[in-house]
Amino acid sequence: MLRNYFKIAIAVLKRRKFFTFISLFGISFTLTILMVATAYIDKLVNDPYPDAKRDRSLYVNKLEQKMKDGRQSGPLSFYFLDHYAGSLKIPAKVAISSMSRATNTYVNNKKIVINYKYVNSDYWDVLEYDFVEGKPFSKQQIANGEHVTVISEDTKKEYFGETGSVVGKYIEADNVKYRINGVVKNVPVTAYQFFADIYLPYTVSKTDYKDKAYHGEYIAILLAKNEADVPAMRKEYEQMISKVPLPNKDITKMYSHANSYLVSYVNVGSEDTSGIAYVITAIGLFALLVMLLPTLNLVNINITRIMERSSEIGVRKAFGASSRTLVYQFIVENLILTLIGGLIGVLLTFIVIRVLNNAQLIDNLYLTINFTVLLYALAICVFFGLFSGVYPAWRMSKLNVVTALRQNN
Amino acid sequence: MIRLQNIEKVYRTSTIETLALNSINLEVAKGEFLSIMGPSGCGKSTLLNIIGLLDAPTRGDISIGEQKTGHLGDRELAAFRNKKLGFIFQSYHLINDLQVVDNVELPLLYRSMSAKERKQLATEALEKVGLSNRINHFPTQLSGGQRQRVAIARAIVGRPEIILADEPTGNLDSAMGNEIMEILMDLNRNEGTTIVMVTHDENMAHKTHRLVRLFDGSQVS
Repeated sequence: MLRNYFKIAIAVLKRRKFFTFISLFGISFTLTILMVATAYIDKLVNDPYPDAKRDRSLYVNKLEQKMKDGRQSGPLSFYFLDHYAGSLKIPAKVAISSMSRATNTYVNNKKIVINYKYVNSDYWDVLEYDFVEGKPFSKQQIANGEHVTVISEDTKKEYFGETGSVVGKYIEADNVKYRINGVVKNVPVTAYQFFADIYLPYTVSKTDYKDKAYHGEYIAILLAKNEADVPAMRKEYEQMISKVPLPNKDITKMYSHANSYLVSYVNVGSEDTSGIAYVITAIGLFALLVMLLPTLNLVNINITRIMERSSEIGVRKAFGASSRTLVYQFIVENLILTLIGGLIGVLLTFIVIRVLNNAQLIDNLYLTINFTVLLYALAICVFFGLFSGVYPAWRMSKLNVVTALRQNN
Repeated sequence: MIRLQNIEKVYRTSTIETLALNSINLEVAKGEFLSIMGPSGCGKSTLLNIIGLLDAPTRGDISIGEQKTGHLGDRELAAFRNKKLGFIFQSYHLINDLQVVDNVELPLLYRSMSAKERKQLATEALEKVGLSNRINHFPTQLSGGQRQRVAIARAIVGRPEIILADEPTGNLDSAMGNEIMEILMDLNRNEGTTIVMVTHDENMAHKTHRLVRLFDGSQVS
């Protein structure tokens, strides 16, 4: 039976090559877009470099202060994170780093943009950067306010060219020279919490890290000893926030949360509107729109295709096919079509991802198709097949035999 | 074998009501070869479709064998047609995308049967109509007469007790028409298949056991 369906499905595909092309193109192209998008999201959300201990980490990215006539929201001050988050009992380590900022530097009259980030010593323990040479600067070096730095591989290449070890050499940024302590593998800019070209001790920051204002340019990662401590750590942070004295009487309430990575990554809303709901809705709507058009197109093409086969429907019914059997047949045919489209889509995705990785539209972001993405792709194919096939199949299966036989010969 | 009682078929549109069949009473005995004649639009094909359970009458009862058919649902009707009835159409209605043998197998797809058995029976049916050397051709590679023979093979492959033929020779020249007629008569004689055939052709009709004439939806002889 299935072999028979397969035969006729292939024959029908061959019959109207233009229709087939449009259908397959629609399916495979949509699938490619969705698969590249999922590969991208997967990379953003699941990439374990450099924060490999994500399952026992919580991320603090912002503080919101509510005033009578508005709100102020943004990263926190070093003082706040060091003083309050640093005094919590559950976190084993608190990595504090500034949001990366750009500055220009010049090498042989060539301008280089350098993104720098100030970090504390826990930062190197919480995050697992791969050191290709040297090592992180020490707690002592930070305390001494030494002008030392850890740079990325890309920065090394750009600043020094292809060369041997650069540990001990100096790099200049913002008219200050820093001695290089180590070189780490690159982080893509999309991992904005960890991305920088050069990492510097917070003590060399030009802004006063002792300033007691609550807002500043720092974010933190709280690392628990083990995964089981994470909920308690979250609670401890919340409790601490509720006890922090309000900075002045204009401010009526303060919010700050220690969140999981995903929540912190998409933390775009205010206290009243969750960022994650926004993002999920946005991704969902995008996927729906991307899939809706080709699906409608397929429904349309399927109706035309099946209409052409009214004689076949009539004959099959006359010889004993029930409406249900026919629906089943058309759906199977459609699934075959979409799976072929899916196969082409997967091939296209491989090509597109290769091209994207080679083009490096986003520095150091390397996409891969993994098992999850393939599974998604399969699910999407089945969705296409069913959704675009069920309605036309059902409609045609209801066709009266006599009418079906009369319609064409 | 077939019993029609007070069959009426009315086609309704919003403005007009057409009486296509008017109180038809007809009995066809087992093993009988019956032909139905009449001018175009007299209701012959409608009658045949009703006998074949492809269309439901507005009023009246149909029994085939011991089975009353009025209350049967879509799936039961489909299963019943599959076992008891074989159809032959004027314009063959072969599926051009399938090879001859796959076309002939078609009714067997809706029975539980292995692919091997299906192929075996289809080949045998094609041998009966003298087309065993054409099993891997596509319908479009065959002449009209050959196509109709494929259609006959398809109609008999499931060994139905009744064959309903709607102008089976209508698209063929007289030589080919005679050939088809011979096959049908053989079937009727040798296998005892009951055949009801709609035709325009007096010569063909006179070769059958009995002739029923319709005029404006009513039986006139």
